[in-house]
Amino acid sequence: MIGDYTLLEFSSILAMQGFAGLILFSVFVLMALGLAIIFGQMGVINMAHGEFMILGAYVTWLCSGLVTAYAPALFPAYFFIAMALAFIVTGALGILVEWAMIRHLYRRPLDTLLATWGLSLILQQLYRSVFGAREVGVSLPDWMMGSFALTDIIEVPINGIFVMALTMLISLAVFLLMFRSRWGKQVRAVVQNRAMAGAVGINTKKVDRLTFGLGCGVAGVAGSAFTMIGSTGPTAGQLYIVDTFLVVVFGGAASLLGTIASAFTISQAQSTMEFFMSGSMAKVLTLLTVVGILMLRPEGLFTLKMRR
Amino acid sequence: MSDDTPKKALSATRRQVLAGFSALPFMGMLGGKVNAADYPTAEVNTTGLAVTDDKVTVGILHSVTGTMAISETGSVQAEKLAIKQINEAGGVLGRQIDFIQEDGASDWPTFAEKAKKLLVQDKVASVMGCWTSASRKAVLPVFEQYNGMLYYPTFYEGLEQSPNVIYTGQEATQQIIAGIDWVVQNKGAKSFYLLGSDYIWPRTSNKIARKHIEKLGLKVSGEEYYPLGHTQFNSVINKIKLTKPDVIYAIVVGGSNVAFYKQLKAAGIDMTKEKPLLLTISVTEDEILGIGGENIVGAYACMKYFQSLPNDNNAEFVKAFKEMWGDEIVIGDVTQAAYLGPWLWKMAVEKAGSFDIDKVRAASPGIEFAKAPEGYVRIHENHHLWSKTRVGHALNDGQYEVVFETADLVQPDPFPAGYQ
Repeated sequence: MIGDYTLLEFSSILAMQGFAGLILFSVFVLMALGLAIIFGQMGVINMAHGEFMILGAYVTWLCSGLVTAYAPALFPAYFFIAMALAFIVTGALGILVEWAMIRHLYRRPLDTLLATWGLSLILQQLYRSVFGAREVGVSLPDWMMGSFALTDIIEVPINGIFVMALTMLISLAVFLLMFRSRWGKQVRAVVQNRAMAGAVGINTKKVDRLTFGLGCGVAGVAGSAFTMIGSTGPTAGQLYIVDTFLVVVFGGAASLLGTIASAFTISQAQSTMEFFMSGSMAKVLTLLTVVGILMLRPEGLFTLKMRR
Repeated sequence: MSDDTPKKALSATRRQVLAGFSALPFMGMLGGKVNAADYPTAEVNTTGLAVTDDKVTVGILHSVTGTMAISETGSVQAEKLAIKQINEAGGVLGRQIDFIQEDGASDWPTFAEKAKKLLVQDKVASVMGCWTSASRKAVLPVFEQYNGMLYYPTFYEGLEQSPNVIYTGQEATQQIIAGIDWVVQNKGAKSFYLLGSDYIWPRTSNKIARKHIEKLGLKVSGEEYYPLGHTQFNSVINKIKLTKPDVIYAIVVGGSNVAFYKQLKAAGIDMTKEKPLLLTISVTEDEILGIGGENIVGAYACMKYFQSLPNDNNAEFVKAFKEMWGDEIVIGDVTQAAYLGPWLWKMAVEKAGSFDIDKVRAASPGIEFAKAPEGYVRIHENHHLWSKTRVGHALNDGQYEVVFETADLVQPDPFPAGYQ
């Protein structure tokens, strides 16, 4: 391959390719974090995860429309407001869904799969009726589009850096919340032994509700961020759901650290292979590898040791 | 933006002037009012179709739910507009058209089932419908078994010719060859990077493109496919930067489109500089709604119809479409092709003097539609349309500016020799 190119060109492309892998990694982590919280900590298989993400995207779209119409001066910064709103709105919907549906199904994990899949269909049709069947275009502030040119060939997309920074921030926040706060301690206690946690006075219902809400809220922020790189339409959530589950299951369902490790492995493998072969083949090989590893290690990369 | 202002103002005045004439052509098209009494139902309908003395029923079969609803909504709107206009102009053989709409729900077996329902239970005289090739392939056996007539609007890969289908969109060679010739002659393109979503239409189209490029003695510097719904294109964008082709030939569809163009822009490829130039056959004005005009400005698209097409038929069509479906609406290539369906069927029925499927089929080749928004079209013996191919240049506002059109109608050639 080097034959036709100078060394400089080739190393520049390698650098850019490495960066593409890092962006993919951030995207995967952002997608999977909300699901990992819900699936890992509560054992609920949330098939409507993609639709929660898209709700975040629609909130962003509404925000961009409103800001353009009523407060154009705020436009350069509206994205931050939109992300906060996306978190609140999807989190609130998550809490509502937990109250109306999920809490009746905790002892029946397979039923949550069906119920949340139904929910995803309902949400899709709802978006279609409310926002129309066509995709909507979210307009972004100019500073978020385009790229820095580091050298003549190396160009770093700004929205990629934005997604990476956001991912780090959210991962850090989730980490602090789960492992350094009182509430996180309660969540982990409930995960490890629900009956005992209840017996020592933890309000397990409240913990469940907030955990589900947090997972959905993070999904909303992810959806909001993805308006920069993907499409916003009633069924766009479906584009993310397979990769999301792949990352979470491969990482070991109950481990947030595992989710991050698995996102890193899959994204690097995929973007490296994409460079040397066609996109479809890279995807197939990635999936095959993941299936192979899961056959040898069904519990995923990282597992939480616990008594059952 | 300032460049656009005078043009807009001009087209606005033209629209107003034309408004006054808009009722005329539809009267003219009929060549005098047809009286239903001159065509007794027993004579024009010998096979038991849903035709009465004052009414004829047709079917509309598209997805209004599911993934494909994004694309198919425009087609449904166009077909309803055409039916409304035909009815206002006196109907078909003096009969008003009534339609039964079924939802294919983006699910191919559902399409087959609903097609059977329309043909067997409702006895519709024709069906306007389908969008993806997969849905058309699913209903094809049903239409052939129960002898129905389908008007199919989408540009597609060709390699098909059914006695029970009229293809109102372009087949692949019509759309591809003229576009490649144009970039080669006008932009001096020497190398192409072919890129597409991974299914039959992009793969077949790229195969035709590759043959043609190689026949011209030019270079294909890469060919890539990504799964439908893929959202990360950074790797292929790097490969494009590395191989430096003159033209990126992109046939990405659906939600992937949005991701692809946003990432292309974010990676610093400015399409207005045309280095490389981007030529697509899959992005209509409908798709740009989702992509955002600012993310695709400068790209070229090759198809047969653009909303901005400067002719009187189109001005009337766009005006009527917006009156019926709202000012915000945009009209893409397939939407216009869907609009042709009911008209072509009406003219075939009136030429045959009968609603019988076999007679309509026999009458179809040679049918001319001079008032088509895209300009004059004619049905070929192979059930596809003779049509012109055009190249549009994407503007910031989500519209295309037509920069080229073929001098003559391009002959449809669904089975191109040497391309299979």
